[in-house]
Amino acid sequence: MSILVDRQTRIVTQGITGKAGLFHSQQCRAYAQEHRPGEDVLVGGVTPGKGSTTVDGFPVFDSVHQAVAETGANCSLVFVPPPFCADAIMEAADAGVSLIVAITEGIPILDMVKVKRFLEGRPTRLIGPNCPGIITPGVAKIGIMPGYIHKPGSVGLISKSGTLTYEAAWQLGNLGLGQSTAVGIGGDPVNGTSFIDLLEMFEQDPGTDSILLIGEIGGSAEIEAADYIAEHVTKPTAAFIAGRTAPPGKRMGHAGAIISGAAGTAEEKMTALRKAGAEVAESPADMGAALQRAIARRG
Amino acid sequence: MKIHEYQGKQLFAAAGVPIPQGVVARTPQEAADAFTSLNGAIAVVKSQIHAGGRGKGRFKEHPEQSGVVLVKSADDARSHAQRMLKSTLVTKQTGDAGQQVHTLYVEQGLDIKHELYLGIVVDREQGLPVVIFSSEGGMDIEEVAEKTPEKIAREHFDAALGLQPFQARKLARAIGLNAAATRSAESFLPKIAKFFVDQDCSMAEINPLVLTGDDRLLALDAKVTFDDNALFRHKGYDALRDLAEEDPSEVRAQAAGLSYVKLDGNIGCLVNGAGLAMSTMDLIKLHGGEPANFLDVGGGANVEQVTEAFRILLADASVKAVLVNIFGGIMKCDTIVEALLAAYDTVGIKVPLVVRLEGTNVELAREMLAKSGKKIIAATDLTDAAKKVVATLGA
Repeated sequence: MSILVDRQTRIVTQGITGKAGLFHSQQCRAYAQEHRPGEDVLVGGVTPGKGSTTVDGFPVFDSVHQAVAETGANCSLVFVPPPFCADAIMEAADAGVSLIVAITEGIPILDMVKVKRFLEGRPTRLIGPNCPGIITPGVAKIGIMPGYIHKPGSVGLISKSGTLTYEAAWQLGNLGLGQSTAVGIGGDPVNGTSFIDLLEMFEQDPGTDSILLIGEIGGSAEIEAADYIAEHVTKPTAAFIAGRTAPPGKRMGHAGAIISGAAGTAEEKMTALRKAGAEVAESPADMGAALQRAIARRG
Repeated sequence: MKIHEYQGKQLFAAAGVPIPQGVVARTPQEAADAFTSLNGAIAVVKSQIHAGGRGKGRFKEHPEQSGVVLVKSADDARSHAQRMLKSTLVTKQTGDAGQQVHTLYVEQGLDIKHELYLGIVVDREQGLPVVIFSSEGGMDIEEVAEKTPEKIAREHFDAALGLQPFQARKLARAIGLNAAATRSAESFLPKIAKFFVDQDCSMAEINPLVLTGDDRLLALDAKVTFDDNALFRHKGYDALRDLAEEDPSEVRAQAAGLSYVKLDGNIGCLVNGAGLAMSTMDLIKLHGGEPANFLDVGGGANVEQVTEAFRILLADASVKAVLVNIFGGIMKCDTIVEALLAAYDTVGIKVPLVVRLEGTNVELAREMLAKSGKKIIAATDLTDAAKKVVATLGA
C-alpha cells in the first residue's frame, strides 16, 4: 500500500519539450518499465503550441484537457518555467487531474497564493512546488529523485528538501528500511500540501508502519506538524530539522528557509517535535537510526 | 531583495501611499540645501542603510553620532551629514562590522500625535497576505507580540481582490483609532495592500506609521523587500539595487547561479541541495567546527559552476579547510568529481579538502578521486566527513 500514487496513476508531463522535462520524463518512464513492464505509466506531455507532435515516443498535446481526454491521465508532473508555472498548475486543475506534482523552483510567492486560492474547493491535490516529487518504490516515480535509492517498505517519508530526502532514503535503505511512499513537499513558503496533510494520509495508510519527517528552519509548519503528531499520530515517528546553525534573516537556498526574528528556528521546532513524542535526530547522519529507535521504543 | 527607505517611499508615493516630504542628500551641502528646501523649523536626517535600528545605532568613527538625527538649521544638517556620510553605522542588525553610509534622507519634521505599526507579509500557513496593524509603533513588533499581543490586529486579504475598506475599518477599530483616523486608514491600508501585491513584495513594513495632529496617516518609514523569485517581471528593480549593501561573494555566487551565504567560521562547505547544505553546516558545528558558509551548487551544476564555487570559497581568507558533500541523484558523482578535479588545478586548492560522495555512480567517482594523485581526503559517510574536516584544523 501507499499514499497518493498507485497502479492506477497515469502521468502527463507539463513542459515535456524542455530539457529537464524530457530528461525526467524519460527517467520516470524507465523506472515504470523496470518495475511494471508492459504498463504505460507516463502517457504523454503538454507544451502549448507543440500539440500533435511526439518527443522521444511521448505524444505531445497543446493542453492538459486534451491530454486527459486522449490518454486518461489523472496526474500531472510540472516542469514549466517559473513565469508560466502558476498558469500551468491551474490549467491542470481545471482539466481535472487529481494529483499535480510541481518540480519547478522559483515561482513568485504571490503566484502560489493565487494558485492556492484557485485550488480551493477543487478535487485536486498539489505537491510542491520546488520539490523532488513523489515515489512509491516499485510502483511509480513522479519526480526527479534517483529511483534506486528508494527501496519498497513501510516507512512514510515526508521532506521539504531534495538531496536531504535522498540522504534519508539512503540511510533507511542501509538499515533495511524501505518506504511505502516518499513525498517532497518543497522548500517554498507557500505550497500545495503540508506536513499535516501527509501525516494524516500516512497514519491512515495500512501500508505505512512508521513515519520520518524532515523539516527545516523558517515558518511554523513543523510546529503545527508536532501538534498534529501529539494529537493524532499513533505510528512511530522520527524527525530531523535542518538549519540549526543558520543565521537569522538570511535565506538559505530555499525561499522558505529563512528565520525571521525569533520565529522559525531549528531548536524551537526540535523541542516541539520531541514534546510531541517524535524521536528527533540531532545529526543529519542519524535520521535513519532515529527512526529505528522510534520503532524500537514502541516494541 | 531589499531596498532603501527613500526608494521605498518613492515607490509608495507613486502608488498614492502618503509620505512626508523628503529629499535625498549625498553630500553635506546637499543635506543643508535639503533642509532649506523643506522650508520648516525642523527636519530629520536619516542614514540610508538596509539594516534596521538606525536611530539607536552609532557611528564607528563618531561614537556620539546617531544614525537618525533631528536638526534645526541648514548648518546643523550639514555638520551632522559631514559626520554621517562615508562613516560606518553600527546597529543591532548590522553586526559589529557595521555598514558604511553613502546616502542620507532629509525629511520634514511632523506634528505627530501617535506612532503606529503596519506590516504586510504572506502568511505561509494560510497561503494569504496578511496585514499586521498595531497601536504600538516605533518599537520592535516581535516584542509587542510577546508582551501585549492584544495590541496587534491581523487581517488576511485576497491577493486578487485586495484589502477591502471594511477590512481597513476592522483593523482601525481593533487598535482603537478615532473616526477621523479610521477614515484615513480606509484609504491608506487598501493602497499599501495593493502596493504589496502589485510590486511582488515579500515584506512591506512601516514602523512607525504616524498619525498626525490632524488625524492623517503618513508612512514615516518604509522597509520594503521584494520577492527574489518575482524580479523577472519588474525590470526596473535592477536600478534600485545597492550592491554596497550586499556581500560581494554572495553577489558573485548569484551571478553564477549558486546559492551562497557567508558565515563566520573557517570550514568552507560545497554541497548539492539546500537542505543537505544546511545539514552539512549543522554537522560541522555538531563535531566542534565552525562553517564558513552555506553553499548550494544546485541539482545540475556543471564544471564552470563548481569551479566558480571553489573560487568563491577560497577567496574567503578565513577558510582553512573545505568539505565537499555531494549526494548524487540526477547529478552523477563522477560528473562532480570531474568538475572538482578540474577546479583543483584551475583554482589551486591549498587547504585540506575532505570529500564525501554518495549516490549515482559513486564507485566510479571514488576511483577517479583515488587515481587523481591529488591530496584529497576521502570520507565514507557524513559523520566521518565532519570528523575528518574538523581534525585537519588540529583543534
